[in-house]
Amino acid sequence: MSEPLLEVRDLVVRHGATTAVDHVSFSLAPGETLALNGPSGCGKSSTALAVLQLRRPDGGQVRFEGRELTTLTERELRPLRPRLQPVFQDPYGSLSPRQRIRDAVAEPLRLRGRRPTPGQVAALLERVGLDPSYGDRRPRELSGGQCQRVGIARALAGEPRLLVLDEPVSALDPSVRAGVLNLLADLRDERGLGYLFICHDRDVVRHFADRVVELREGRVTSEWRPRRSAAAPR
Amino acid sequence: MEPEVVLSVRDLRVGFGGVEAVRGVSFEVRAGEVCALVGESGAGKSLTARALLGMLPREATVSGTVRPDLSGARGRRIALVPQDALSALSPVHRVGDQLAAAVRSVRRVGRREARELAAAALDRVGIPGTARSYPHELSGGMRQRAVIAMATVNEPDVLVADEPTTALDADRRERVLGLLAARRESRGTALVLVTHDMDAVRRYAHRALVMYAGRVVEAGPAREVLARPRSPYMAGLLASLPRPDGPRRLYALPGAPPVPGALPPGCAFAPRCPRAAQVCHRGEPPERELDGRLVACHHPDPAGEPG
Repeated sequence: MSEPLLEVRDLVVRHGATTAVDHVSFSLAPGETLALNGPSGCGKSSTALAVLQLRRPDGGQVRFEGRELTTLTERELRPLRPRLQPVFQDPYGSLSPRQRIRDAVAEPLRLRGRRPTPGQVAALLERVGLDPSYGDRRPRELSGGQCQRVGIARALAGEPRLLVLDEPVSALDPSVRAGVLNLLADLRDERGLGYLFICHDRDVVRHFADRVVELREGRVTSEWRPRRSAAAPR
Repeated sequence: MEPEVVLSVRDLRVGFGGVEAVRGVSFEVRAGEVCALVGESGAGKSLTARALLGMLPREATVSGTVRPDLSGARGRRIALVPQDALSALSPVHRVGDQLAAAVRSVRRVGRREARELAAAALDRVGIPGTARSYPHELSGGMRQRAVIAMATVNEPDVLVADEPTTALDADRRERVLGLLAARRESRGTALVLVTHDMDAVRRYAHRALVMYAGRVVEAGPAREVLARPRSPYMAGLLASLPRPDGPRRLYALPGAPPVPGALPPGCAFAPRCPRAAQVCHRGEPPERELDGRLVACHHPDPAGEPG
């Protein structure tokens, strides 16, 4: 077993008086897809935000590539952020309506102090199955599935090791969802990405995840492996 | 004897600025029947549902017949189960008052009777004693029940539910569909269910109408349509669903649905269809009957491939 890409220990997140995440622990290896599954309000999304350090946890540890994130300052986190990237549910909401697609995809590169070349952006768009001419458009000119592909391209621009996918296909039609799931599977296999995959659809979870952690009321109630990953190893 | 037809739609067309988005949809719904409208976004499912309710935007042009015309009896004989329970309720009025207002908007009853009917409706959906609560005091699941109580308080003949479960987790989805099914059993309420959720179609729907680019491309008994789709479109849609025994790589329909007003010549699905031949690019296929199934396709699968 290689060193875990992500190790979460005793994570606690409180919203006022309620404890949304109550001592949750799990780890994730490179190239592995770990799903967090459970009903609305079980703490899935709070866990995701705490892993991303977009919401600082109230307790516990988050180790990413061997580094403890919870004790780092915002400034210390900044160079690490491109390596753990979120992809959110609402493809329109996660893109600025005014920004051209090209600039949205290039932003993570720019934040790392690089000047992205048009070729780099075109390559990223092509990699997620979009014609580079989409770079000139704005989000509202794209369908939901295309926007979600832009969100993935942008996450890839930072050369991530871990993607935190929070309901990435829940807003999509089944036929569009199939294409996005196939793309995510290809990227995982090709780059050895780790995925923390949050999804309430059990059929999708069973199809896509290597391992599933069940959450109820902020606690881990069980952990299981979908049968397919044993039957059809990659 | 078959139950009476409570809704009959003939050649329904809905257009915007001369562009037709619903292009001649016909179907019947009988008392106690659950009729599912399925298909990708933009196929015209929601517009069809809204036309039944008389809830289309003013600039829409509508033709065809809907019998009986229930649009004037919205809330009374036909009612909508909205997708988003939170925005469907007023935040500043008590739940019971909102239901009582719904009663009094369509029935000539006194305040006291309206309140009693409201309380009974809340009781039926399993949240008794919430009449004096404000929506924000209820959990998400309770709000979902409250909007179902609101839709059913006037005992309509037909309920129209537009993606009632899309945003819900598995537990809540079951509860909502269970409540709607219970209505059907106890009162024979018919349900028009607009959904992407093929699992819900399999378990709750009697008939399935598959829509593509504003037309019905396949219609028939729900389980048969799901088990042996005849139209290549429905076969493709089903193949894109993840299944435990399915392939690792999901089938993704190539391309995207056409935009109304920019339909390809011939069959609207032809550019994405694995079975398309020359004839498919020349003329739009007529609807025809095939073993109790309605199919609009030049090359329907005679046997039907398991989806």
